[in-house]
Amino acid sequence: MGTPILQVENLSFQYDKRTAHTLSNVSFTAQQGEWLGIVGNNGSGKSTLAKLLVGLLQPEEGQIHINGMKVNQENIWKVRSKIGLVFQNPDNQFIGTTVEDDVAFGLENLNMPYEDMKARVDEALSLVGMTDFRYYDPSNLSGGQKQRVAIAGILALKPSILILDEAFVMLDPKSRRELLATLKKLKQDENITIISITHDMNEAVDADRIIVLKAGKIVNSGTPSEVFHEEQELEPPFAEQLRRLLQERNAKVPPEFMTEQELVRWLCK
Amino acid sequence: MNKLILGRYFPGESVLHYMDPRAKLLAGFIFIFIVFLASNWQTLALLTSFTFFVMCLSGVSFKVYLRGVRPLIWLILFTVFLQVLFRSGGTVYFDWGPITISHNGIINGVYIFFRFVLIIFFTTVITLTTKPIELTDGIYFLLSPLEKLKVPVDEIALMLSISLRFIPNLLDETQKVMDAQRARGTEFGEGSLLKQMKTLVPIFLPLYESSLNRAEDMANVMEVRGYQSGLTRSNFRRLTWHTKDTLALVTMALLTLGLLLLQ
Ligand SMILES: Nc1ncnc2c1ncn2[C@@H]1O[C@H](COP(=O)(O)OP(=O)(O)OP(=O)(O)O)[C@@H](O)[C@H]1O
Ligand SMILES: [Mg+2]
Repeated sequence: MGTPILQVENLSFQYDKRTAHTLSNVSFTAQQGEWLGIVGNNGSGKSTLAKLLVGLLQPEEGQIHINGMKVNQENIWKVRSKIGLVFQNPDNQFIGTTVEDDVAFGLENLNMPYEDMKARVDEALSLVGMTDFRYYDPSNLSGGQKQRVAIAGILALKPSILILDEAFVMLDPKSRRELLATLKKLKQDENITIISITHDMNEAVDADRIIVLKAGKIVNSGTPSEVFHEEQELEPPFAEQLRRLLQERNAKVPPEFMTEQELVRWLCK
Repeated sequence: MNKLILGRYFPGESVLHYMDPRAKLLAGFIFIFIVFLASNWQTLALLTSFTFFVMCLSGVSFKVYLRGVRPLIWLILFTVFLQVLFRSGGTVYFDWGPITISHNGIINGVYIFFRFVLIIFFTTVITLTTKPIELTDGIYFLLSPLEKLKVPVDEIALMLSISLRFIPNLLDETQKVMDAQRARGTEFGEGSLLKQMKTLVPIFLPLYESSLNRAEDMANVMEVRGYQSGLTRSNFRRLTWHTKDTLALVTMALLTLGLLLLQ
């Protein structure tokens, strides 16, 4: 593997000097084309980490390098052209008065010519399946639809690193599967790096690698099978829950983590 | 809130709805100037019939327009009375110190009344048939020459359009907060004035706080999507000028000419 596209070293951060650190001594890397999952309970500092990565907050200690560039006041706009963040709350993410205006907002900032913007907006809206809603007022959309538009707004910018902060929580299972498949394809075709923040372990199993945050510290990391095998505290994905239950009943299941497909294959043997 | 017609958009399919906002804004400005050319019965009749024609074109019922005048009626009547009471000339009907009611005063009062109402009707036609965002785009275009004078027209337009985006959210939130307070037993619109005002405090404070949070979130979103103030931005929304827009302005020119001739 070459140099990582994202490198985080000894990152510490606190909102308020009087309270404990929100993040302490966090270090990790992400390779280009990798799908990195960040999991952790409420208040473990996931969103704070995301904001630090895009330079909305400044670290107290430690540093972040993206594509070899240090994230600081000087480089911030260069960095932001490489990295996109979809925020957790879909309600406050709309700048435009219609769906397509909103998706175009980031492109307008690049002073892109109209024809190019139109092509990018069309493409981004069809990727998230919102083409039919392009003239809608975003405030009239459902939560899941809003999240999809927010994702489209970032996809249109074609970032090399895409951070999704619980961007799927309001999506119904079918749309979630579809959108995850779309993103996976995008990751393959365009070799983008995806950092997906979630507390849904069924979503996290799709990642190439997982980082577990707890009270601002990385307590575990590795492939989903490693993490879910070791980590007994996290609620594991459905397949792992089933495997553990079978194990309790003394069924002869393999002792390690299995994905849904692996488990199905084993059960139908 | 529901009573305020001025500045509201009524979705519809009329010709006016599909006109370029720049043409409508220009026509509005021209109208405000030529209203002052209406200084005799003929010109007033011409202008009034033109305004009614435009109101019919909009496809919005007259009741809506009348509701638009209602909040301003006291201002209008006040101005009219000032004219009637303090303007002199012609036959004097009543005279007491500085107050004189004269023929010219009454005539002038009537003109002022009509001018006011016509301006309100005409501008209401524009706002009823133009989406607020289109109006913003139109204003942006018409103000863009000021960019040479270092006026941040681009930023003003963006600010306007974001504020417009905020309005429905703010109304929703007000409703939510009021419902929440009602669920806790607050009764709105009852008791003495002081008591009523007190019940508003627990509405405004949460609203204020949530607006600040929202503004911060939005600023973050804008930054992440690469917005920097002072940057040259392109524009995704496009205005297209059609023949009917040219025709509308020609009509306004003809109207002006007609008024000048009849004067
Ligand atoms: N703007 C802020 N000011 C002060 N403290 C904050 C602020 N935002 C978050 N915090 C605190 O920092 C901690 C981490 O918050 P963060 O939003 O990063 O958690 P999270 O892992 O994203 O949680 P969730 O799963 O609920 O989204 C929390 O204890 C929170 O109270
Ligand atoms: Mg969060």
